[in-house]
This record gives sequence, structure tokens and C-alpha cells, in this order.
Amino acid sequence: MKLNNLLDALFPAGHTVTVTDQTLTGTATTAAGPVTVLGTMDGAAISHDIALRLADCILQTIESAPGRPLVFLVDTSGQALSRQQELLCLNGSLAHLAQCVDLARRQGHASVSLVNEQAVSGGFLSFGLMVDRTYALADAQVRVMDLKAMARVTKIAHERLMELASNSPIFAPGAESYRRMGAIEAIWEAPSAQLLETALVELAKGAGLADQRMTVGLARGGRYLAADVTAAVLAAD
Amino acid sequence: MNATNGFTPGHSYFEATARQRLQQILDAGSFREFLAPETVEVSPHLAALDLPGAFDDGVIIGAASLGGRRVLVAAQEGRFMGGSVGEIHGAKIVGLLRRAVAERPDAVLLLVDSGGVRLHEANAGLIAISEIMRAVLTVRAAGVPVLALVGGSCGAFGGMGIVAKLCSAILISEEGRLALSGPEVIETVMGVEEFDSKDRALVWRVTGGKHRYLMGDCAELVEDDSAAFRLGALEYLDTHGEPEPSLFTLRAVQQHLSDRMVRFGAYRDGLEVWADLGVAQPQQVPLLDRDSLVALKKGLPA
Repeated sequence: MKLNNLLDALFPAGHTVTVTDQTLTGTATTAAGPVTVLGTMDGAAISHDIALRLADCILQTIESAPGRPLVFLVDTSGQALSRQQELLCLNGSLAHLAQCVDLARRQGHASVSLVNEQAVSGGFLSFGLMVDRTYALADAQVRVMDLKAMARVTKIAHERLMELASNSPIFAPGAESYRRMGAIEAIWEAPSAQLLETALVELAKGAGLADQRMTVGLARGGRYLAADVTAAVLAAD
Repeated sequence: MNATNGFTPGHSYFEATARQRLQQILDAGSFREFLAPETVEVSPHLAALDLPGAFDDGVIIGAASLGGRRVLVAAQEGRFMGGSVGEIHGAKIVGLLRRAVAERPDAVLLLVDSGGVRLHEANAGLIAISEIMRAVLTVRAAGVPVLALVGGSCGAFGGMGIVAKLCSAILISEEGRLALSGPEVIETVMGVEEFDSKDRALVWRVTGGKHRYLMGDCAELVEDDSAAFRLGALEYLDTHGEPEPSLFTLRAVQQHLSDRMVRFGAYRDGLEVWADLGVAQPQQVPLLDRDSLVALKKGLPA
């Protein structure tokens, strides 16, 4: 989907978003009030520069617009793969970005993300999964790696993985797996100003402050061990 | 290092198992395990792939004392599936961190030894790491410091590399490695010219403990010895509180990271970075012992 079509569908009342090096930052108007819009496009590989640009946009919002929600548009193929990036501790810049999202939450900024094309591993962790609520469009690709690469690395036959993936969300790529496991709140058939507004209104009441993903994953039958294990640790003598 | 520097050396942290590390670092006899092996389910996701599981799923968690302080601790076992984070493994760490929010111990120690997400449980592992990330920050916001100790054979990679950098501080040994993508992954995808993962000296100059310490990405460099990790953790806790999360702090980090991209962003080897930092003989850095390197860092221009 073209960025402008996506923005027009989500923010029919208006948006001002600029794109620099696959990173978008700006503001938009919603029925729930003004929001900061930020994120990545064209399958961006998250680099130091991208992470720092997003982090700066979050910090600016905290500084200049107390309480204004953050709406992240997620299209990332993962982290940048290069020696140069690793030399300067890429995990550190991704952690910094994640910490900025977390600070915004603690300072009263609701946050949602919408995966519109793809969301992969480290790039997804650093902001798409750090928000209060993550959503995905129906045709979005969400994964750690595709099954062919997984077959290569794990040395398990591709056919076997395909077969297991068909009835287990544990490693089957796809937004639906993440929904069943509680990490994606809901899948949207199309970008929708109405659905976004509903999400923001709910989050404005504090619905996103605690991490409920385990409980949701258990209720949806996609992740049935994590919640019990965590509860057992809390109860252990 | 000589024994007069505060600890008696004896146990390589790198060589030790996770359980040995706990014995060697914590106060003798103080460790109380949560979800001991006989009480935990073995990963059904691995069983579904006909792979052997482990009764602790590769991570040991519990309560202990460290120099008399109350701590909660998790130790990843790099020898089991590369310390990777699967559903049970991840949930044990999340549970420990949530317990820390409730109990307010003096500190949480994460003995990280992990390549990141367990691919056999990929989605569950990725989500678990996201939950660990949020939980670490919640523990810190509650005023409890979280220390990452990195010095095992698997280092701290992938999502666990991000988790380590979300902690209050990282203590790393020269043998420790900290990064996001492993050199093998970069080589496989981008080619051997980009990153030759067989060139161990290069791998250490890019991801190793000395480089991370010189750059300030890790707070302390310690000897490859469990007693040195213990002493390093005690010294850190003696001298640092856990500040409230603040805009001021993250603005300062943002400025620091931005400045260093400008200054070092074009380099591809630790040797170039160290020269720019003011190290007169960068090629000597890999040869220096721990104390000499710490002295060298202290003498660098601010």
C-alpha cells in the first residue's frame, strides 16, 4: 500500500508526515485528538540512524506535547546487517529506542503500532512490539525468519516445518500467529480511522499500562505455557 | 591479574556451566531455585520436533544473597541450545522480573549467555523477549537495579543483546561478546567481505568485551573469573543507585549516540575506533590484560 493511501485512510482529518531515509515522522489529526505519527517504510532495515531518528521524535513529543499519543507505522525487514553497524553496538541504539517508547508510556502517552507490510525480529522488537497495543493489516508479514531459512538453520526438513506450522502458531510466520499468541491485539482488514480511534480511546483510559500479552495469548489458545510458568514463578517458595 | 586486587581467582566464568556460575558468584549456600528441574514441564515445542528438551529449559532462576544483599537471579545455560529463549525459558525470566517488582530485592542479576530467540519456537521466543524488555524496564522503574553479566560462550546476541542494553549496567569479560546480529548471520546474508565470521580476532574487535568497555557500552570490564564478576557486581551496587526513568537521561543518551555516529560512523574495525579515541597503539589493545586496559581507558582524553 502506498504511504499516502495508508495515511489518508488512517487520518482522513489530515496529516503532515515527512519521510527521510525510510523513516517517517510527523503529526496527524484524529477524532481522539492530535497524534504523533512515526515509523518506517519499504521494509526498512533498522540502523542506528533510523533508531535515533525515531527516538528523537518520541522525545520531542514528550517534551513539547504532553500526553499526545504515538501512532507507529511498522514496515521493517529487521535490523541492518553490517559490521559497521555492529561496531557501534546496534543493539544499544535499538534498546535506546525501546526505552524511549517505554518512557513515553510512563509519562502518559498512549502508543499503538500498525504493521502494514512486514515486521521482522529485531526491528519489530525495538518499537512495534514495545507499544501499548500492536495491530496488523490482514496481509502483513510478521516473522522471525521464513520457514526456508529456518529449515536451513535448524536442519529440520522444510516440509516438516510446513506441516507443523499449519497447526501451531509457535513458529508459523504470519500476523495471525502473533494474534493468537497475544502479541498482536487485532488484525484489521484495511487501515481504518475508526478502529484507530477506538484503540486510542481505550488506551486513554490506561488500558495499555500493564503488559497483558501472556494472558491474552492463553485466552486465545495460542500460547498456553507462558502464563502458567510466570504465575508459578510468582508463587514459588 | 594478581589475587591482591580484591578476589581470589580460580574459576573461569567462560568455562563454567550456568549452575556453577551461580554457586561461584552468589553467597555460599544462599541460592534458592524457583521451579527446580523436577517441577517444570519440558518444552513440548521441542518434543514436537523430536528434539531433546531440558528440565530447566536452559535457564535457572531463583533468589539468593550477594554480599548480604537480597537478589533475584537468572542464569542462562549456553550449552543448551545456545542459551536461546523459547516459551518456557522466556516466561521463567519474565516471572522472575515480575517477582522483583513485587518483592523489591536489592538487585536483579541476569547472567546472559544466549544467541537470542530459539528458532524452533521462534514466535514464542520473540514475544517472550519483548515481554522481558518491558519487564526489565518496569523493574528498574521500581528502583531496583538490573545487572547483566556477559562472559559466557554464547555472549549476548539478538534480542538478548537488546535486553542486556536495557539493563542498568553490563559487566563484561574480555571473552564476552555483545551485539545484535551474530557475525555468522551477517556473513551468510551479506557475504564474507562484509564480515568474516571465521576471523576471530576481527569478531572480538567488533563485538568483544574490551571494545564494548572502551566505547562505554559496558560499564565494567572484569577478568574471566566468577569471583571477578562477583566483585564487579558488588562494587557496582555499592556505588550506584537506580535513578528514575527520565526525559533528561534519555536526551543525554540520544545526544551521546548521535555524536558518536558522527564521529565513528564510518569505521568498520575496532582498531580505527580505538585510534580515534586516542589510543596510541591500538594494535596492542587485544594483547593487554584487564588491569592495563582499564588503566588505558581511564587515561584517554575525555
